[in-house]
Amino acid sequence: MLLTLSTTYQPATDLGYLLHKNPARLQSLEIAGGQAHIFYPEATAERCTAALLLELDPVGLVRGKDGSSGEGFALQQYVNDRPYVASSFFSAALSKAFNTAMNGTCKDKPGLPEQALPLTVKVAVVSAPGPDWPRRLFGPLGYDVQVESTPLDPTVPEWGNSRYHTLHLHHAGLRLQDVLTHLYVLLPVLDNDKHYYIGENEAEKLLHRGAGWLPQHPERDFITRRYLRNLAAYVNPTLERLLAGEETEEAAADPAPPATNEAGTTPAPEPAAVRVSLHDQRLEQVAQEIRQLGPKRVLDLGCGEGKLLRLLLKQPKIEHILGMDVSHQALTRAASRLHLDEMPPRQRARLDLIQGSLLYRDERLGGFDAAALVEVIEHLDENRLASLEAVVFGQARPAHVFVTSPNADYNQLFEKLHAGEFRHTNHRFEWTRAEFAAWAAGVAERHGYKVRLESMGEEVEGVGAPSQMAVFGA
Amino acid sequence: MPQDTLKVPELALILLIGSTGAGKSTFARRLFKATEIVSSDACRGMVADDENDQSASQDAFELLHYLVAKRLKRGLLTVVDATNVQESSRKALVALARQYHVLPVAVVLDVPDAVAQRRNDQRPERRHLGRHVIAGHRQQLRRSLRTLKQEGFRHIHHLRGVEEIDAVQTVLRDRLYNNRQQETGPFDIIGDVHGCYHELCTLLEQLGYQITEEPITDVRDLGVRVVAPLVDYQTSEGLDRNLATTGSLVPTTAVIGEGEAENVRRKAVFLGDLVDRGPASPQVLRLVMSMVRDGTALCVPGNHDIKLLRHLNGKKVTANHGLAETLAQLAPEPEAFKSQVRQFLDGLVSHYVLDGGKLVVAHAGLTEDMHGRGSGAVRAFALFGESTGEIDEFGLPVRYEWAREYRGRAVVAFGHTPVPDPEWLNNTIDLDTGCVFGGRLTALRYPERELVTVPAAQVYCEPVRPLNHKLLADSSQLLASSSKDQNEKLTANSSQLEAELDIRDVTGKQFIETRLMRGVTIREENAVAALEVMSRFALHPKWLLYLPPTMSPTETSALPDLLEHPAEALDYYRRLGVERVVCEEKHMGSRVVVVLGKDEAAITRRLGLTGEGIGKCYTRTGRNFFTDAALETAFMARLRDALTTAGFWEKFDTDWVCLDAELLPWSAKAQELVKNQYAAVAAAANFALPQAEATLAEAAARGLTGAAELLARTSARREAATDYAEAYRRYCWPVQSLSDLKLAPFHLLATEGRTYFERDHAWHMETLRGLALADPGLLRATPYRVVALNNPAETDAAITWWTDLTAAGGEGMVVKPYDFVPAGKGGLLQPALKCRGREYLRIIYGPDYLLPGNLERLRQRNVKAKRNLALREFALGVEGLERFVAREPLRRVHQCVFGVLALESEAVDPRL
Repeated sequence: MLLTLSTTYQPATDLGYLLHKNPARLQSLEIAGGQAHIFYPEATAERCTAALLLELDPVGLVRGKDGSSGEGFALQQYVNDRPYVASSFFSAALSKAFNTAMNGTCKDKPGLPEQALPLTVKVAVVSAPGPDWPRRLFGPLGYDVQVESTPLDPTVPEWGNSRYHTLHLHHAGLRLQDVLTHLYVLLPVLDNDKHYYIGENEAEKLLHRGAGWLPQHPERDFITRRYLRNLAAYVNPTLERLLAGEETEEAAADPAPPATNEAGTTPAPEPAAVRVSLHDQRLEQVAQEIRQLGPKRVLDLGCGEGKLLRLLLKQPKIEHILGMDVSHQALTRAASRLHLDEMPPRQRARLDLIQGSLLYRDERLGGFDAAALVEVIEHLDENRLASLEAVVFGQARPAHVFVTSPNADYNQLFEKLHAGEFRHTNHRFEWTRAEFAAWAAGVAERHGYKVRLESMGEEVEGVGAPSQMAVFGA
Repeated sequence: MPQDTLKVPELALILLIGSTGAGKSTFARRLFKATEIVSSDACRGMVADDENDQSASQDAFELLHYLVAKRLKRGLLTVVDATNVQESSRKALVALARQYHVLPVAVVLDVPDAVAQRRNDQRPERRHLGRHVIAGHRQQLRRSLRTLKQEGFRHIHHLRGVEEIDAVQTVLRDRLYNNRQQETGPFDIIGDVHGCYHELCTLLEQLGYQITEEPITDVRDLGVRVVAPLVDYQTSEGLDRNLATTGSLVPTTAVIGEGEAENVRRKAVFLGDLVDRGPASPQVLRLVMSMVRDGTALCVPGNHDIKLLRHLNGKKVTANHGLAETLAQLAPEPEAFKSQVRQFLDGLVSHYVLDGGKLVVAHAGLTEDMHGRGSGAVRAFALFGESTGEIDEFGLPVRYEWAREYRGRAVVAFGHTPVPDPEWLNNTIDLDTGCVFGGRLTALRYPERELVTVPAAQVYCEPVRPLNHKLLADSSQLLASSSKDQNEKLTANSSQLEAELDIRDVTGKQFIETRLMRGVTIREENAVAALEVMSRFALHPKWLLYLPPTMSPTETSALPDLLEHPAEALDYYRRLGVERVVCEEKHMGSRVVVVLGKDEAAITRRLGLTGEGIGKCYTRTGRNFFTDAALETAFMARLRDALTTAGFWEKFDTDWVCLDAELLPWSAKAQELVKNQYAAVAAAANFALPQAEATLAEAAARGLTGAAELLARTSARREAATDYAEAYRRYCWPVQSLSDLKLAPFHLLATEGRTYFERDHAWHMETLRGLALADPGLLRATPYRVVALNNPAETDAAITWWTDLTAAGGEGMVVKPYDFVPAGKGGLLQPALKCRGREYLRIIYGPDYLLPGNLERLRQRNVKAKRNLALREFALGVEGLERFVAREPLRRVHQCVFGVLALESEAVDPRL
């Protein structure tokens, strides 16, 4: 990974003073993950260029880390683009190599840091979510932005261009300190990866480095989210603090682009706003149904991160709630979101979280008055529903069961969804109202339940509501 | 005359009863193992640091009861060393004995007060105990002696005085009546006869028994004699198979000496309910009694037999449910016969544990915790089973389906509840096929697991609850077909219940017994990870017969510029005593397991799956290889056709097959990985590094110290990136249609009724090469060579072969010991080792792995953990498939497959 900084400010060699690095020497320093080299490919009074070259140690980078095997992508950490791309390693190197310049001090020429310089920057290479993103990030800060692309593999033209770009920036007059700060914040944002643990001071760092320019930046949401790696705990308070004192007319700005492949989530064509409200609505409706029954013992099968559990905990008549999920990670998150550790003992005793799978008979699931399966069945292959049916309706046999699932009839209203596509890549099927009704009726008949069907969400003529629910009872 | 031996049942809870100072602890230590003794004093010490702290008694006794319960649960004889002079303290212990179906035994140590007092006085910590304490104990003891029997003690030993106590030199442990583990059969286990004498004779004759009438010259003569058939080890393949499942892959002759084998005869086992309802109960009794007397048969009692016994004992019983008929049939019989019947029935033991604990027979079945135990509850369960308390539409009690939850290792054969067909369920089988109701009389040949049936000549009694007539109508057809077909039909019938997997079978810490390794432990956290993968991504568990083990690379080569080289693999096997290995070319594909049926009916029949096609091809983690259903269908059909063309189905007498294979090209599965990962890295490197070189060249031109060195390093990295790009580009061929896919099978794992682990790798390669010829467009034979490790010319040639293969861009080769299940000096050996080529390893270790400084560090890898994992996964894989072909329940197969998946979540360097 290479950065060059050139100026035609006269005398150009003042760049050496500003960077506090001697143009006549090649200097090397240890940084996280390897070495940084600083040198000047040209240093004349007319034009001076400083270069920062990162030489990361690919073997050292992965030493001491545990590898998990099993899936094909486990090798990712061993063979990766980190040595070649401007990343958080680069920012760390930048602040170490050019610490004084970033702080705007210059011992020898104290006035120089405040001087606006004509500056040209080249970064080889950046990884960007799309070729327009460098412009969207640097353009608003007054840079002239040029981007060079490269094919993913010249021998396979049909693969098109890679996500790597050489970035050329030019600014007619800006303090070096500002340029370095912009690079420090924005290059990792383009790259969207951090080599270190993101803690609270990361947000402080962003507020500090972004002072004076980030609050006005039209992409500040994107920058903040990516800089903090989408950690909601940090993103929201930081955004709030960024916006503190800002006028609300900003609300008219473009919404953030759809979150594609961020933080490991799968792209969901369902528009974000609809998705959130629809999901909450479903949970409210299920919680409401359960409240009307007044059950003492309730199961939440596929409880995920515990949104329904939270609603159920608010119903004091429920004496015991058992949340089950197949994902251990989801259960850990549920425990932390529900603050299980700090719950008062009586409240705590009402709730148990267990790992389990609806495809295995499980006697822990016996003896409940109600069970909820909210958006669960469509995550299983259809040929395994018979197992789920045997486990839930045959063996566990709660007095009442609530099953919700997307209504495929409604999908035609989602513009981005092509025919035959599902709302979520993790869905194995999505049923029409007729298919869902047939399944529910079959289950009820085979296991001696009565079933009633409900729609969930606002109904649209001809296609029904976004979601559907089957309520099984004695 | 004092006795020098004390007889107790081998499984008993022995309460020593005696006052303080009676010498209980000394007695216990002298006659029992230290671990068999649970002492109240020791418990007091454990909870209070003071064996005499009476204030700790409550906690101490809670601990004592806990320890006793754990031991009894595990079936261990236990001695309670406490005064036990109060009824209340004995009561809790008797309750524990009952709970775990263990016989309570009282041993009373009755010494004069003076003796006890003198002993206590010699012990400083007991000196303070007043005379009243011992007197009190003695008084309670005397009172106890009158009530011990009614408290439930079956055996009471009252040792009076020091002389009698000291005289006891040994404790004789009597084998329980139900313990017949030394009898290994083979057995013919016969379901409820209910007086159907004609059918019983036909069945016995079909089974090879010779029945001859004998003149009656004495009142004790029964007038009939039965000779059991000799065991034919040569033709009975079931025996072989059973030995393979119980022991190891040792040939039969090693287990049974030749001389002995000639005289071994089969033995019949009657599951009770010999009498009532049918036309000839006395004749049935006569026959069975004769066989039991001659040692030709064993018999457990049924509820009907016991009711008859009660009648014969003069108890008042209602003559319903067919007893009236039996009594009428018995009326003309001589009193001597009736008396013999009474004695016979009275002597029957409620259940038997046979064949080293691998077989349990009981009339109504038996839950695992009752096997080999003795209590009223065990007897009642064995006779009557357990009902749920509900009544069905015919007014009969609904029976508790204990077999559904049965998880024991032992086969349980039982009767009692008439069923239209015997169904294997969790290793249990109900053999009452309702002969007296017009059904059939059924025998299970054990260990062959074959069923032999005889249809009822007529309906002797109309059942209250009808048998399934539809299935009965089929029974004649069933009989006409071979017993193998019957078994299959029966398996299909029971698959619904057996297909239910229980979370307890896979979660938590698991310990899986395998035939190749003495027990594979699955850690809880690994099971947690596997549960998610299995539930969310894997195919239906019924498809997953086998998951292949991981494969370790060779130890690191010391040769320059190389991380792996075949020399280390050959050395490894030579060192461990292997003479020959097979070297196979390592394909650049994805490892898959193929499960394929001749048609969909075969899959339905054998796997219990319908509507899912004729086969699946799945990855090492149980995921479906194909995401495109049309491509999958076409691929499977073409493979099936190839096997048909090759005459595979006939040759192996099967209609399904399980293959271990490589599916080519790798890009079929890994296209996205190649694009997003490998190509991306190359693109970034080849974009960034030349720009760095250009800038460095300028700096070097300026004469900056160090710039030239840095430039050289950067250029070397650029060249490495170019080589790296070449390495991954071998995997870029796009897969658009079936004709782009090639399957290279290298193990024929299993077909109907058998696995092929005992065949050597050369056999596998040749057999599969034969298949490949049937459709060279789809199938690829794997190039291989057999190498004698003590022949330098052959090993050199193998190394040259590897060098040529990898120089041409090949991935490398796999070295396997000649035998599939390789045993060497250190026990089980690695089933295979891979040696990957220098170029291929670029995409595993990264573009720069050969650069100075990097290779040295990478050499410090450790293959030990990976090898350990490979062995355990191999043992589990073999075990799972053996269980599958032996028709064990799905959960038993799944446990192994799940285990492999769980082990795969162990943290091991994925580059190995």
